[in-house]
Amino acid sequence: MRLAIDIGGTFTDIVLEHKTDLFTKKVLTSSSQPEVAVIQGVVELLQENKINSSDIKMIIHGTTLATNAVIERKGAKTCFITTEGFRDVLDIGYESRFDQYDILIEKTMSLVPRKYRYVIEERTDINGNIIKPINTKKFQNLVDIIKNEKFESIGIGFLHSYGNPKNENELKEFLLKHLPDVEVSISSDVCPEIREYERFTTTVVNSYIKPLISTYLKKLDTKLRQKGFNCPLLLMTSGGTLTNVISACNNPVRLVESGPAGGAILATSIAEDLKLDKVISFDMGGTTAKITIIENQQAIKAREFEVDRKARFKKGSGLPLRIPVIEMVEIGAGGGSIARVNKLDQIITGPDSAGSNPGPACYSNGGDNPTITDADLVIGKIDADKFAGGKIDLSKEFAKNAITKNISDKLNIKTETAALAISEIVDETMSNAARVHTVEQGHETSNRTLIGFGGAAPLHISRVAEKLRVKKIIIPTNASVGSAVGFLKAPVGYEVVKSLRMLLNKFNFEKVYNLLTSMKDEAKKIIQNKSDKTEYIEERFAFMRYAGQGHEIKVPIDNEVFYTKDTNKIKESFETNYEKLYSRILPNADIEILTWSLSLSIIDEKSTKYIELDAYKSIKENSLIDFCDYESGEKIKIPNYERTNLKPGDFINGQCVITEDQTTIVVSNNFNTKVLSNNFLQMEHIDNE
Amino acid sequence: MNENNLIDDKNNIQNQVMWNRLLSVVEEQGQTLVRTAFSPIVRECGDISAGVFDLEGRMMAQAVTGTPGHVNSMAESVKHFINYFPLNTMCEGDIFITNDPWMGTGHLNDFVLTTPCFKDKKIVGLFSCTSHLTDIGGLGVGPDATDIHMEGLYIPMLKLANKGVMNKTLLKLISQNTRQPIETEGDVYSLAACNDIGCKRLVEMMKEFKIDDLKNLSDFIYDKSLSAVENEIKKIPNGVYKNSMMIDGFEKDIKLEARLKVSDNFISVDYTGTSDKSKFGINVPLSYTKAYTCFGLSCLVSAEIPNNAGSLKPFEIDAPLGSILNAPYPAAVCARHIIGQMLPDVVFGCLEKAIPEKVPAEGASCLWNITFRGITDRGANNNSLFAVTAVVNGGTGARPNKDGLSATAYPSGVRGTPVEINEAVAPLLFLKKEYNPGSGGKGKFNGGLGQVIEIKSAIDEDMDLLASFDRIKFPARGRLNGENGNAGQVSIKNKRKLNGKGTQVIKAGEILEIFTPGGGGHGDYSDRDKELMDTDVENELLRD
Repeated sequence: MRLAIDIGGTFTDIVLEHKTDLFTKKVLTSSSQPEVAVIQGVVELLQENKINSSDIKMIIHGTTLATNAVIERKGAKTCFITTEGFRDVLDIGYESRFDQYDILIEKTMSLVPRKYRYVIEERTDINGNIIKPINTKKFQNLVDIIKNEKFESIGIGFLHSYGNPKNENELKEFLLKHLPDVEVSISSDVCPEIREYERFTTTVVNSYIKPLISTYLKKLDTKLRQKGFNCPLLLMTSGGTLTNVISACNNPVRLVESGPAGGAILATSIAEDLKLDKVISFDMGGTTAKITIIENQQAIKAREFEVDRKARFKKGSGLPLRIPVIEMVEIGAGGGSIARVNKLDQIITGPDSAGSNPGPACYSNGGDNPTITDADLVIGKIDADKFAGGKIDLSKEFAKNAITKNISDKLNIKTETAALAISEIVDETMSNAARVHTVEQGHETSNRTLIGFGGAAPLHISRVAEKLRVKKIIIPTNASVGSAVGFLKAPVGYEVVKSLRMLLNKFNFEKVYNLLTSMKDEAKKIIQNKSDKTEYIEERFAFMRYAGQGHEIKVPIDNEVFYTKDTNKIKESFETNYEKLYSRILPNADIEILTWSLSLSIIDEKSTKYIELDAYKSIKENSLIDFCDYESGEKIKIPNYERTNLKPGDFINGQCVITEDQTTIVVSNNFNTKVLSNNFLQMEHIDNE
Repeated sequence: MNENNLIDDKNNIQNQVMWNRLLSVVEEQGQTLVRTAFSPIVRECGDISAGVFDLEGRMMAQAVTGTPGHVNSMAESVKHFINYFPLNTMCEGDIFITNDPWMGTGHLNDFVLTTPCFKDKKIVGLFSCTSHLTDIGGLGVGPDATDIHMEGLYIPMLKLANKGVMNKTLLKLISQNTRQPIETEGDVYSLAACNDIGCKRLVEMMKEFKIDDLKNLSDFIYDKSLSAVENEIKKIPNGVYKNSMMIDGFEKDIKLEARLKVSDNFISVDYTGTSDKSKFGINVPLSYTKAYTCFGLSCLVSAEIPNNAGSLKPFEIDAPLGSILNAPYPAAVCARHIIGQMLPDVVFGCLEKAIPEKVPAEGASCLWNITFRGITDRGANNNSLFAVTAVVNGGTGARPNKDGLSATAYPSGVRGTPVEINEAVAPLLFLKKEYNPGSGGKGKFNGGLGQVIEIKSAIDEDMDLLASFDRIKFPARGRLNGENGNAGQVSIKNKRKLNGKGTQVIKAGEILEIFTPGGGGHGDYSDRDKELMDTDVENELLRD
């Protein structure tokens, strides 16, 4: 029996897994002391299901705490110590503007202002040689400053420290000796990769949230023990693997965006169960939509992510973090996204959201901006009486008024047409993001299956599928708490990334082998105690490019090359991957390797309720409802089904809506729907059959 | 509402959706270019452009990633290609290439590739892209040349690929004429790949929306954009507004003079009165003059409207032939960006008289690219020669309601190069790269800060500095009583001043010291908010 806990901005979701059954609970997040709501929710859920805390074998936890601390600037008082002559790397950043034409942009400033950035004499060169050692005798002044200013956390980042961490390590040891109560993060530990701005920023974010996260995690751990839980507490990371409390306290930056990672893991496990090789995970909630590519039942991983995008999710307007993450694109498209008319008389949606307060106009809570939810209500996608299980009353009239006033009057079109247009535009926005993202990863959208979850995804998914020319859609059960469900599916594992630059024609097997071995030891240390199993899945990747290029591609490296010592195998692997991405390989260029990654994860036995059914049988609808037809814009009647009434083997022909407690599945007339053996819904494009 | 209206509404929405799609297609085209490029100024800094064109050569959409210098210079280049290679002679798999500064984007380092896009064996549109290659032979990336032929290999309008087969002769010729043969060849492939991706996506879109040509959609984009820009122009009082600005130049000071006329539905800018062309490579072809002038106008007039043939139409720009802003063949043009990037400031000075509440102060404006050339015992491919450009910036001018941006490119859209990357690709050692406190002009809002940078050879060798810096003699001016920003400086530390332009030797062991210019201030310093002043002091952002 296992528990998953997902702390979101508004709600804390708790899911109890008992054999193959899931029990869920939603409580309001207690922002100032998040552990309070967690304990309350967990205790209630166990009582309701008459389960003892000692029966729980594992607790898996993901939280937006780290992300929110950065976004709301609520982290610790932090200073940063860097190489003399380079005090402003954190603010100078890319020296560019994320918006070409807007002369009034604000750049995202560092979490550590200039006054808290200190420099010391030291220098390492590009080859890792220390050309200026540090002299700790000079540092008493620095210690005094840190004491006087009462810094809680220190970040250290020196040039080229990824190549040789000696100077950073020496300073860290010195500071810890003189300031035992202060947290210290060094860049060669947090992010040992070339490019100083990203490395330093990642280090500073780590320092900034470290005291907060470690205090919180230690408190939560203690409270859970007091309540009689004696099982391991594991944390979800942004990379989609689990880690223990100690390593999470040391490297809290790796917890940023762990919630969405859970969603991606859910999609991955569905892909495994249903044996789907090519998947797009589509997670649409109240404010954002998150899109992830799942390839051969694995989520695509990346090494860079931007937190706190200031300007409408625009690339480049946030703080870049170089950590292992699940590659995903997040855009401002959710149920609460606001629609408006721009200077070109175009309807645009998002990225700003009406949030939960005042919320969409139809909440009758003072909101007068039309949102996606308002459009969905007017179209008939949402049943006003059944929204959120009937817990929130929706006013169709308010929704119509908001759309009329802000959209249709301005464009001189019918309200219903405007509602259809809003829905169409947001679907196009999401499809475009999905398409660009898929292609950036070197894949196609059209031959994939869409897996949709999060409150708003089922309302929009069939149109998005049409736009992406996707033929198959899966909607799982418990779609609205997808992230927490995903935590339960996450592998226990850890990924280590290290830079070691080398030309392929000067490949040094021994050096690389030693590096990988040390990385493996590091990963092992972290995943030990998390499971009694000793069998690992080990994955090694090299980040490679043609010498002279600036962007690397990720290339799997077979362990065998270290026995055969054959660099041709590495070359082949690189060329295969390069060609797949960019159509032509370059005949004359040298190949180089910049960075290595190694991940270990523990093999888990899988359980699934899914079996392929032989036959599906058409069933009759529960009722007919009013709906705006996209083709004609006219009102039509379409069949409505209650999801609770659907059984495995049921088949629905063509257009319909399927209502459930927390969301509605809207099926366009291009899809048929099957209820699978595990109660998941599978929509199939009609041309396909 | 009758049925026709509904169909119109639907067409409108569909066109709008396809327009959005085109913008994402060209963005993908641009990203592909950045990800596959060799030239550091492309891959680290994004010095590129990418766009899609209809069969009349009208630009329909342009990638946001990229830099304004290419805005409508690339747009024009496609028309030149169509003139040279009539549409009915174009075949599937053809790729056209040029680096003609007057047909392309203003200097030989920019390669422009255009690829016709076919659907069902019928040509439906064209994709074009351009990127800045590190080296194209000649004297290298600096202003020293006195005619275009000294600046490197000059490629006329040619076919790079014929029905899918790459022109090996041309590729050989190109790689033989650069100091960086492998990288240059790689960049040509990269440009070709990005157009391929664009074509593929366009055809997919046309299939999805069941259209066979782009005429209707292109008209829609053109009309909507044109009328949107015209609406914005209507908000500006009609009139003639003049401005002039002095800059350093090479052999003599240069005066940039503009006469900006706002009419009901268009704006014209005439540079009559501007200095004559220079003997050296700081001259600007007219296409590049247009590009940066349009960019400056767009920022203040029509910032939210995407770039395309329609939105550029209401801007009419001209400069006298033979002036430095319309230098004809065979003028040397390699460092045309120095003056081109000053043009938004010139335009802003005109518009200050019309819309004072929207206009920022002058900034450093031209990129302070530090270009070195020398010998190396390492480098990416063990070449014995290296050529590297570190992209760095000064401060931007203070805005009407906030401080200028420190160490930030404007108007250029490129990124700076990381110190660690500069040291990885060339034998350089950076001793310093940080803000230069107090370098922004004081005002109610301060100008952005410049930087102080110190560099020496990491291997104790002499190396060449190919200087192309400006605003050393004439700093960025403040606006509405704001003070001027600091002028830039280039010197050998503690030894001697260097010239702002031209190739000079940095001897082994010597330290090159550079102060990039600060932006001008905006408004009276005595009106500056007390809290902002305290923050300046706390953060040691003022002069000692």
